Amino acid sequence: MKVMAQMSMVMNLDKCIGCHTCSVTCKQAWTNRSGVEYVWFNNVETRPGIGYPRRYEDQEKWGGGWVRTKSGRLKLRSGGRLKKLATIFSNPKLPEIHDYYEPWTYEYDMLLNAPAGEHTPVAKPKSLLTGEDMKISWSANWDDNLGGSAETMADDPILQHMSEHVASEYEQTYMFYLPRICEHCLNPSCVASCPSGAMYKRVEDGIVLVDQDQCRGWRMCVSGCPYKKVYFNHKTGKAEKCTLCYPRLEVGLPTVCSETCVGRLRYLGLVLYDADKVAEAASIEDEHALLDAQRSVFLDPHDPAVVQAAREAGIPEDWIDAAQRSPIHKLINEYKVALPLHPEYRTMPMVWYIPPLSPVVDVVASSGNDGEDAKTLFAAIAKLRIPLEYLAGLFTAGDTRPVEASLRKLAAMRSYMRGINLGEGKDERIADAVGMTGDTLEEMYRLLAIAKYEERY
Amino acid sequence: MTQTPPSSRGPATDGPLADSLLKFGRFLRPGEFSPDLRTVTLEGGRQGDVFYRDRWSHDKVVRSTHGVNCTGSCSWKVYVKDGIITWETQETDYPSVGPDSPEYEPRGCPRGAAFSWYTYSPTRVRYPYLRGVLLEHYRAAKARVGGDPVLAWEALVTDPVASRAYKRARGKGGLVRASWDETLEIVAAAHVHTIKAHGPDRVAGFSPIPAMSMVSHGVGARFINLIGGTMQSFYDWYADLPVASPQVFGDQTDVPESADWWNSTYLMMWGSNVPVTRTPDAHFMTEARYRGQKVITVSPDYADNTKFADEWLSPHPGTDAALAMAMGHVILSEFLVERRVPRFEHYLKTYSDAPYLVSLDEREASDGRRTYVPGKFVTAADLGGAEAAVDNAAFKTVLLGRDGSVVVPNGALGHRFGDADEGKWNLDLEGVDPQLSIRDGAAWGGEVAELELPRFDVAPEAGAEHEGGSGVVRRGVPVARVAGRLVTTVFDLLLAQYGVAREGLPGEWPTSYADASTPGTPGWQEEITGVPAEQAERIGREFADNAERSGGRSMILMGAGTNHWFHSDTIYRTFLALTTMTGCQGVNGGGWAHYVGQEKVRPVTGYSQYGTASDWSRPGRQMIGTAFWYLATDQWRYDGLPADQLASPLAEGLFAGRTTADCLVESAKRGWMPSFPTFDRNPLDLVDDARAAGKEPAEYVVDSLNDGSLRYACEDPDSPENFPRVLNVWRANILGSSGKGNEYFLKHLLGTDSSVRAAEAPPERRPESIDWHDDAPEGKLDLLVTADFRMTSTTLFSDVVLPAATWYEKHDLSSTDMHPFVHSFNPAIAPPWQTKTDFEIFHLIAKRFSEYARTHLGTRSDLVAAPLMHDTPDAMATPHGTVENDLPLVPGVTMPKLVVVERDYTAIADKLATLGPLAVKAGMVTKGIVFDPTPEVAELGRLNGVATAGAGAGQPLLDTDVKVCEAILALSGTTNGRLSVQGFRQLEKRTGQRIAQLAEDHEGGRIRFADVQARPVSVITSPEWSGSEHGGRRYTAFAINVEHLKPWHTLTGRQHFFLDHDWMRELGENLPIYRPPLDLARLFGDSPVVGSTAPSGDPAASGHAEVAVRYLTPHSKWSIHSEYQDNLFMLSLSRGGPTIWMSTQDAEKIGVRDNEWIESYNRNGVVVARAIVSHRMPEGTVYMYHAKDRTVDVPRTETSGQRGGIHNSLTRVLLKPSHLIGGYAQLAFAFNYLGPTGNQRDEVTVIRRRSQEVEY
Repeated sequence: MKVMAQMSMVMNLDKCIGCHTCSVTCKQAWTNRSGVEYVWFNNVETRPGIGYPRRYEDQEKWGGGWVRTKSGRLKLRSGGRLKKLATIFSNPKLPEIHDYYEPWTYEYDMLLNAPAGEHTPVAKPKSLLTGEDMKISWSANWDDNLGGSAETMADDPILQHMSEHVASEYEQTYMFYLPRICEHCLNPSCVASCPSGAMYKRVEDGIVLVDQDQCRGWRMCVSGCPYKKVYFNHKTGKAEKCTLCYPRLEVGLPTVCSETCVGRLRYLGLVLYDADKVAEAASIEDEHALLDAQRSVFLDPHDPAVVQAAREAGIPEDWIDAAQRSPIHKLINEYKVALPLHPEYRTMPMVWYIPPLSPVVDVVASSGNDGEDAKTLFAAIAKLRIPLEYLAGLFTAGDTRPVEASLRKLAAMRSYMRGINLGEGKDERIADAVGMTGDTLEEMYRLLAIAKYEERY
Repeated sequence: MTQTPPSSRGPATDGPLADSLLKFGRFLRPGEFSPDLRTVTLEGGRQGDVFYRDRWSHDKVVRSTHGVNCTGSCSWKVYVKDGIITWETQETDYPSVGPDSPEYEPRGCPRGAAFSWYTYSPTRVRYPYLRGVLLEHYRAAKARVGGDPVLAWEALVTDPVASRAYKRARGKGGLVRASWDETLEIVAAAHVHTIKAHGPDRVAGFSPIPAMSMVSHGVGARFINLIGGTMQSFYDWYADLPVASPQVFGDQTDVPESADWWNSTYLMMWGSNVPVTRTPDAHFMTEARYRGQKVITVSPDYADNTKFADEWLSPHPGTDAALAMAMGHVILSEFLVERRVPRFEHYLKTYSDAPYLVSLDEREASDGRRTYVPGKFVTAADLGGAEAAVDNAAFKTVLLGRDGSVVVPNGALGHRFGDADEGKWNLDLEGVDPQLSIRDGAAWGGEVAELELPRFDVAPEAGAEHEGGSGVVRRGVPVARVAGRLVTTVFDLLLAQYGVAREGLPGEWPTSYADASTPGTPGWQEEITGVPAEQAERIGREFADNAERSGGRSMILMGAGTNHWFHSDTIYRTFLALTTMTGCQGVNGGGWAHYVGQEKVRPVTGYSQYGTASDWSRPGRQMIGTAFWYLATDQWRYDGLPADQLASPLAEGLFAGRTTADCLVESAKRGWMPSFPTFDRNPLDLVDDARAAGKEPAEYVVDSLNDGSLRYACEDPDSPENFPRVLNVWRANILGSSGKGNEYFLKHLLGTDSSVRAAEAPPERRPESIDWHDDAPEGKLDLLVTADFRMTSTTLFSDVVLPAATWYEKHDLSSTDMHPFVHSFNPAIAPPWQTKTDFEIFHLIAKRFSEYARTHLGTRSDLVAAPLMHDTPDAMATPHGTVENDLPLVPGVTMPKLVVVERDYTAIADKLATLGPLAVKAGMVTKGIVFDPTPEVAELGRLNGVATAGAGAGQPLLDTDVKVCEAILALSGTTNGRLSVQGFRQLEKRTGQRIAQLAEDHEGGRIRFADVQARPVSVITSPEWSGSEHGGRRYTAFAINVEHLKPWHTLTGRQHFFLDHDWMRELGENLPIYRPPLDLARLFGDSPVVGSTAPSGDPAASGHAEVAVRYLTPHSKWSIHSEYQDNLFMLSLSRGGPTIWMSTQDAEKIGVRDNEWIESYNRNGVVVARAIVSHRMPEGTVYMYHAKDRTVDVPRTETSGQRGGIHNSLTRVLLKPSHLIGGYAQLAFAFNYLGPTGNQRDEVTVIRRRSQEVEY
């Protein structure tokens, strides 16, 4: 056992209001400078939708992440390191600016300085790259709230892989938001892709960083990252990425995106894991087994053996204490409501998500009967608008069972707490039905609903 | 570092050759490689990371907030490095809500997070600017008149060529940088000249929402009030005022704080897209679901908040009242008739008008049958004898006890004033058990009467299913006889209105919930709304069932989607009926929660004293904005909306042959609503003329009105003596945001190019009480002055642009009704370049004004015509709400009050900077409670210092923004426990109830400015508001009414289902009712039918497919009104300019694809935008986000050749007569409390794909 500590995040998508405050505060703090105008370390995408950069999840095109070879070894999807070296000067799997978007500004000064003329002055758009007039035709968040769904939604890689046909019709509409930062993976393919050795994971907290002095701008990390969360600064010629706000973490502050998340849906904390088991877990054959494999890499911070091993590994006492108080382990391993984003990329991502509930489908609503027991008021998970298969495509390599289990726990928590809220008592049967106890549901409720600042971070 | 090579069998990466390469590579690199060489971890050697550490470092963090009209009132940390503002993040230090609730941290949204961009942005106004043409002409005029600025201004504006030249140039560039000195000179001169030549009521001020920055608003309002100018209302003008609130509650708007959503166990979000419009509060909703709250959204599109719903109801736009009526039908049937939930019954008897008696008026139906219509509330005056002889008997309403006894309960309006009723203004029924229904009475003998009730939903024609018509429905009620009148109860009327059948009653009743043949049922609403009957039925039942089980914790959270309609008052009354009949109002977690433009200046008494300058002179001129703009921008000339077309089929002809504009004139002349400019003469000259004639001014005015030598300005708004001449705009963007009928503003008020496409009303549709000039005036306004820190559509068209400080550059106060805290603005940096705070700007203007006044104005007497006011005995001017004609003119009864105010125009600057003596002498009045600030004023003198010279000598100084903050906090009950307790004691005396304990434990509590600089501070419970924060509970409206039996400020003192004013009956709106969206095609010949693809005939549209659609303007995800819509961050996260959301079906009809340029045009103007095509939009309806300004990425249109318009280029003002009623109980004016709304949801537009080559 090699105990290491990893700073990790869980986002409760069920609470995400899609407001993009995280994106803006992150952008303001880190990337509102030239060379990275198009860069959003944190972005929020509407799903279904094609994301930022476009269709980043289409690894057949971009070749990000790892694949498992027949011999059971992991290989970078875009090719082994030799191939990378061989093609270092021409990387065909690199998103172009239009895959992100062409950043622009406006002729704002005309509003004040336009000479007397015939028409009301206006600020027309200008490319920030070329300085030329442009028609704005893509942005960092173009398909927000299903905008342009008729043009682009069908290109959502998850939808394309679903067996069930999802029509883009008014009556069947659904959507939710997916905020994304760097996953700070346990098995980062960007680090493995870097020919210069400029990318690394910090020993103490697992944050994945680019050494700005070492980076030679090969951009293999951009290709290698299946989440497309490493960016190229076209001014400095170096890679940049989410730093998990280490200058804040180092002084005891949560990341900017976490603290400013007005939906209060981000949880931040240390987890302990066994570094010796990472490669094995990432190489497991069955993609559906990757979720449990990754869970098994995490160590119970309350287990005396783990604590002992952590001490031996030189992890300080306050870090062990932090891991014990961390909400992350509870959400991932105890309540098992959080799920990783695209485990099939085999990078062992460390930003996990609680999947969102959604309204019942019209056919249930219009029947006059609630989806489930009228007394509980809450609908059956299978009749929710967001197809389980869609969520499974994001979080569980297509296996709907863990998604359903997670949503059932949220619904059970709501039903159970409703009884208490109305003074109608505690119904243990509800907890039992999802393999939990009433006490655990109440604990989970406090963490997810009351969610005090000091319990989120 | 491990030296063991990876096992060739174990998990690893790549192959052996790559491994060996990497093994070599690892010696070149410090750090630790994983055994399989997959990854590298690194300790130390992180010099490369210094860049990010440096970037994070900063010199200081300053607390401030955003003075923007979103009611967020979020406290922010502003980071400063090297004297430069870098960015902002939210504060998280709000006082705790308690251990079992989520907290308010963090509060803020992406718009706020992007604010610092403005500080140094290229759209920042850094210096004063003037229109070049104006400046040239002014300088020439000044030279001609010998250097006097006031004479120079006069020479300029009376020169038709010069004034035409600069007015035509408005909005067409050519702004030039000017000095502060010359700019102030022109602004001050224009004010002085206007007052001298035309009167102070020809100067207007527009700045909305004081709560978002009280000092910045207050200083300008104070200046305008001191000179006798008119402040325009905004809440009604924005159509955010829910007129149903004064109608039902007698209150402007009072709602729960957002943390109270947490207490709700059933939440319907009805036309309120909380994640977008209440971003920092939305989490209370998402989190309350985990506590078992069921969530319903009602929205025509799949709105952002629908994601959180358990169920989504999608009625056709504007049909919400039909859905709510059907829910009410289910609730009344199952919870109040089939069985009576004891809690609901008790609530209705105690807190609503349901048991009160209404007389029935006999009527001969068209078939000759004898029927009845609801008449008036029975009052003590109707009872005769001793009961009728008491004070204010006509305002003491009557009910029947269970034993048949006639009772006049406490708490009616008639108990509110006068010594005789002291202690009786309360809701204590004193043991009487009222008959909810006449059938409940022991003595009821089975007598019934058949009523005729109006309906507005009938006879839809094919293709116009949602537009309806009107008709009559007959339904019976049980009746009794009281004092010779046939009477029934409001509850019985309600059951008839909702179609709830009971045995033995005549009339047309539905046979089942599914019966669609008669109004009220779920089946009936399905045909109107498209919502399945079963769903409407079940949700209605669940709502009531939840209320029963939770003790009233069912909540309806409602917003602009339902409130911005012409008939929003009737829509809202159907919602409020649901929350009242289930006993949810005044309960934590229950009741209505109206969130649109509502604001709450928590320290309201101190703010009002300052802003209205009531410490120096009373009353101020406070105008209903909608009426002001309607007349000033000549929208009335195009309107001609016949009032009788809005009337009930049972109407008696009060509106026959009259337009809604005639109703406005009548309202003004009766003193119901304010009207400024008031008369066709300078009100300063009026007093001089009166004195010259040897008469009292009021007498002189009455005589002159009677002999026709004096008329109201609203009777001839297009005559030059009645023009508004000077308009001051600050903290606002009326031409880019709230200005309904934007193109009419440009044409008539400003006199520049516009895209108005409508024809003027033909002679037969013109108002009979307004003079018609064949040539419509263009350019009424002589001067438009705007202070802003960024360029907006308003600054683009302004004559003078003043460079304002941003919210990170000044001191101020912020509060909201979304949370119970007061907190502060503080300067992170000093105002840069030549920018100044609003506070400093108005003080500079006032100084220059006072200087010029010495020569040109001196001290004058001003005649102010004030309307009949709410919360005063004025509200008893119209017994029974019976509108009588040919009454003698009696100021304050049958016409406005006439008050002479002395104005020393040389002392305006002194008064602006000191707290005047009237605060102590006359007291400070809020909602009828008089606060005496004697000790506080003395203390302020010591704290702020006193003026040593001038008109304010000896008075406390208000010469800095911080001193004003201290004054506001010291003079309000919410921030000064002593004042709160004093107010409550007064209320105790009037009500005879014990209430002051809500504040007694805070009697010594004072909130100082330093306190709110340190962190947000919770307010003290105060009689200024209807809820309680006492003991740390969450604020909910009307908790004091319910828990302490304090009456609502209505006729009965209870919540009203029934309104008996003549005009309400005329409109068919005595009771909650469904009225469809206006059928513009029917009411105006110049609007298409929704869904039509017939060619519009527009020349530029030739050859293009067109479609007519409903045009809705919901609040934007990427801006707060027009603020932030030009912000580069927001633009980069959205589509980067004006867009219109449309359904895939409508896009197909006109052959447009996503992001293609389209034009949208109707009678009012033209918009050019890009299409966002999405399946989440319903067919037949498009959205253009509210307040898309003209400034960013707006090409010229093909339709007009002009720059494309703002969202309000397609709208125009339509007046609803019921909003104009005054002088009667809760239907009485107060500023931003009651007035006609500037609604804009009923509009229809035509859309086509345009050439994709755009020109700017």
